[in-house]
Amino acid sequence: MPANFIPTTADYLRTLPEIILIVAGTLLMLLEGLAGERNRKGTGPIALVAILAAFGAAFLAGLDNRGPAFQNFLIIDDFATFFRLLVLVVGAFSVLCSMSYFERENNDTGEYYALILFSLVGQCLLASSNELIMVFIGLEISSIATYILCGFQRDDRRNNESAIKYFLLGSFATTFLLYGVAWIYGMTGTTKLDEIGKLVADPRAIDTPWMVAACCALMFVGFAFKVSAAPLQSWTPDVYQGAPAPVTMFMSAGPKAAAFAVFLRVFTTGFSTLGESWMPVVWISALLTMIVGNFAALTQSNIKRLLAYSSIAHAGYVLVAIAARSEIGTAAALFYLASYAFMNLGAFAIVTQFSRAKERYVLVEDLAGLSQRQPVTAALFTVFLLSLIGVPLTSGFFGKFYIFKAAIDSKLFWLTVLGLLNSAVAAYYYLRIIVVMYFHEPGQSADTAPAPAPGISITMWASAVMIVVLGVYPGLLLRFATISSFLPK
Amino acid sequence: MQQLWLIPLFPLIGFLINGLFGRKLPKSAISLVAVGTVVASFLWVLKTLSAIMPLETPHIETYATWIQSGFVNIPFEFAVDRLTAVMLLVVTGIGSLIHVYATGYMAEEDGYYRFFAYLNLFMFFMLTLVLGNNYLLLFVGWEGVGLCSYLLIGFYYLKNSASTAGNKAFIVNRVGDFGFSLAMFLIVIQFKTLTFQDVMKQAAQVPVEHAVGMMTVICLLLLVGAAGKSAQVPLHVWLPDAMEGPTPVSALIHAATMVTAGVYMTCRSATIFLKAPIAMEAVAIVGLITAVLAATIGMTQWDIKKVFAYSTISQLGYMFLAAGVGAFGPAMWHVVTHAFFKALLFLGAGAVIYSMHHEQDMRHMGGLRKYIPITFGTLACAWIAIAGVPLTSGWFSKEAILGAVYHHSPIMYWIAVLTAMVTAFYVSRSMFLTFFGEFRGAAVPAAGHHGHGDEDDHGHDDHGHAVEKHDDRAHAVAHNAAHDTEPHEAPFVMWGPLAVLAALSIVGGFFDLPHFLEPALPPAEHVAHEAWLEIVGSAAGILGIVIAHIMYVAKPEMPDALTAKLGGLYRLVYDKYRVDEAYDLTIVDPLIGGSRSFLWKGLDAGLIDGMVNGAGSTARLVGGFARWIQTGNMRTYGAWVLVGAVAVLAYLGIGGGVR
Repeated sequence: MPANFIPTTADYLRTLPEIILIVAGTLLMLLEGLAGERNRKGTGPIALVAILAAFGAAFLAGLDNRGPAFQNFLIIDDFATFFRLLVLVVGAFSVLCSMSYFERENNDTGEYYALILFSLVGQCLLASSNELIMVFIGLEISSIATYILCGFQRDDRRNNESAIKYFLLGSFATTFLLYGVAWIYGMTGTTKLDEIGKLVADPRAIDTPWMVAACCALMFVGFAFKVSAAPLQSWTPDVYQGAPAPVTMFMSAGPKAAAFAVFLRVFTTGFSTLGESWMPVVWISALLTMIVGNFAALTQSNIKRLLAYSSIAHAGYVLVAIAARSEIGTAAALFYLASYAFMNLGAFAIVTQFSRAKERYVLVEDLAGLSQRQPVTAALFTVFLLSLIGVPLTSGFFGKFYIFKAAIDSKLFWLTVLGLLNSAVAAYYYLRIIVVMYFHEPGQSADTAPAPAPGISITMWASAVMIVVLGVYPGLLLRFATISSFLPK
Repeated sequence: MQQLWLIPLFPLIGFLINGLFGRKLPKSAISLVAVGTVVASFLWVLKTLSAIMPLETPHIETYATWIQSGFVNIPFEFAVDRLTAVMLLVVTGIGSLIHVYATGYMAEEDGYYRFFAYLNLFMFFMLTLVLGNNYLLLFVGWEGVGLCSYLLIGFYYLKNSASTAGNKAFIVNRVGDFGFSLAMFLIVIQFKTLTFQDVMKQAAQVPVEHAVGMMTVICLLLLVGAAGKSAQVPLHVWLPDAMEGPTPVSALIHAATMVTAGVYMTCRSATIFLKAPIAMEAVAIVGLITAVLAATIGMTQWDIKKVFAYSTISQLGYMFLAAGVGAFGPAMWHVVTHAFFKALLFLGAGAVIYSMHHEQDMRHMGGLRKYIPITFGTLACAWIAIAGVPLTSGWFSKEAILGAVYHHSPIMYWIAVLTAMVTAFYVSRSMFLTFFGEFRGAAVPAAGHHGHGDEDDHGHDDHGHAVEKHDDRAHAVAHNAAHDTEPHEAPFVMWGPLAVLAALSIVGGFFDLPHFLEPALPPAEHVAHEAWLEIVGSAAGILGIVIAHIMYVAKPEMPDALTAKLGGLYRLVYDKYRVDEAYDLTIVDPLIGGSRSFLWKGLDAGLIDGMVNGAGSTARLVGGFARWIQTGNMRTYGAWVLVGAVAVLAYLGIGGGVR
């Protein structure tokens, strides 16, 4: 960026969502300090309003103000818009559920929502970054806020463990990414993705192709960690299990989607000519991720840990779509991430509600007989689980369908077969929850379960409606995903 | 926009109201909802048709993109052309009448709300079937009506034979549906679309296939589908058993509407069929064989509903025969007139059964015209219509079919004429047995008619009440206890619809339907109808009636003598050519036996359980490994990150980087 650079109005308008979120987040921190102990309530709604405003701004920018911003450091294309809207929706529902959760935990403070907003800023930047420094900054903004969120309940040992593990391992993995960025800058003299893409494709510009491939590997490690792909998934179960339930909900849907966004953009725009080389890595990683996620989930008794493994497995499916290396594959990944976000929001909303104060009820067995005590909650949970399995008439079915169709189109037959076998294994542990809810006698846990709080009800119902609507009319979202799947090579 | 979607929506609303809240609603409200929604949809059909007539080209309404995947784009689309218009009128018109009738017939039944919920759901799917503008939407309706058929056949679900019959219908239809889905896949491959207009437009460009090719395969698979739904040989076995359902169901689903869906679908695909003469010939032959076999079986049955069931199969055979010789217009004409007189026959049979306290065996009837004159009068109209007495509705459509068949193949024509005579014979036989002569019901002791000796595979004389005590109570309420053994006339809600259908059976043929349908069907060559053909056809029908009169009224001892003389042949026909037994022997028994000894004990208990247990322990092993990695120890995790990073780096750095 030249020293005399002056941003234009278009620059500001295109990054208005980020600006809104930063301003609102800072404001929340200030209010927190000024209001004192008594008037803490109301910070959640402010955050919600800010997210909705950012959503509107992102929508408008995506509608008729597309283009690069800040000297092509950021780019607001359909791809970026898709992910900005997605992470903001996730953020909004997470805030809704968090309000009930922290009210219950008696820890409803403004800094929590400020952190959510900052994390969203990072994710929005990730979605629209077109340059490696921005990628790094976005990743760090998003991650650091999330590290703190994981340990937000200072007095809870599980939170502490979660935060410290995430922080240390996250930092460790990010260094690989940063090292990769440094190398590629050293070789090409630029950090802009499109320019890197052109130089990498040009045999005269680079005389040591193995070094480019090594950069590719280093950056893959960084991204694979963030999306919890094998063999870098080991942090996920511990962190997801230990973090507060609404934070896990947020992490598993928002930051993960944003990490996939940047993963796709870097590997499609920057390293597409190396596709033949990195595809086998993604292939193996996808398979390992699915296997580790699904098989480890089989024996889990803690529902948060089970869903953490499930989230690993689902990342594996998205990697299958990336391995397809086609626009259909990208569209399938986009569709999948969006529909997965809703399943996860719904499932974790119920976990958030059901766990009760201090998260005492987080075992699968605690759900026994829920269908008799709270038939509606049990039915909605069933919808989410069926969608996670990928049963037709849910969005999960079409998500998997598009992914495996893209894989077949790219002739990845073995990966498709193994992936489908994996999703059959997955049915077991999801169905087990349904069996427990419907066929086991209600225990003390189900008997004492309170009715869902309003924010959680909204999240549950909205997710279920989206899942069913997309399960019947996948075209609604698929069309958007297809438009958004174009990334310059 | 004419809001076509409202047509199926009304019955769907009826289904939802009765299905969700019917248990708590009074019967009057259930009837009002059930009948009201169907009538509403009938009126909406009338309003729509009057607005879009003359309908030379289809009226299409697109609502949404349904499935978009690669080159395949399947919209959610309803369309009305003249073909659909005819089906809409038949389905909603006759549907309304039968709903009214059912409020009387089912009045004393348990599960009243359930019955009407299913019936309304059936209407919804049937209307989706005829309105859908592509094969897939048609298939949705197709499967939906199959489901409702299954539910309604097994309506008396506590009765074993009813649930078995429901299963049988469902399973046999699976075979047909499999063929239909394969046909759809091939259509997608061939034409890249499933929308009717687009498929037909492209099919019209294809040269006629004189050897087996894509078109022929598609058409043969469509024929498999149609044969399943329309009970054609060899998939006809489910329809006679479907009579386990309540009689209004038999009339609506298994005579007037659903079973004609196969004919409708064939006519819809006429353009493709015309390109595949081999498949056309197959359609004609299947239809002819079905017509002959079913008609001959009809001559030997004693259960009044079974007679009409075989008659339905036989008449559907005529429709396929017509379609097979390229006479799609006459085929549809017969669909319509058949809907009139066969619905009437079933409803009339229902009224007879009702008046006979759920007796279905014709040997225990006789002389009923004195007791139930209105039922007799209306049934007589159906009788002459199906027998093909000149100027009745059935005569018109049958003569049109026979004329077309003659021009295709004189041999087929003569077989069909003979079958027409047989048709007239068996219907007359059932009428004579039921309404003429002396009443034989009282002569049979009440206990006696529960088992007619050795040949009792037909006497489903109680109405499938699993709850016996309810049965008695119902009778006591429904039929004044004083007349318990004497037949009596059905109430107005039952004979009213009969009267309307009777009028339609008589005059329904004066409307020249094939001419009306011309814009909707591919152009057919007009053949001059020779007068002698009509004389032969009419004579065959009247001859059939006369023979039946001689055998069952003038000389009642004759049938027994004849039966004795024919012996083995009679037994064969009486046993429905033992098709069921053949299926049992070749498919059902080996399947059950094989399932039990091989699949269950060998494969499932041995191999699969072994594999599942093996998979379980393997999974546990893998899971155990995953858990072993998952020590919870930070340094282990860090080490794994490093191992992973080194592995990727090594692979890409050493092996990669090759442009």
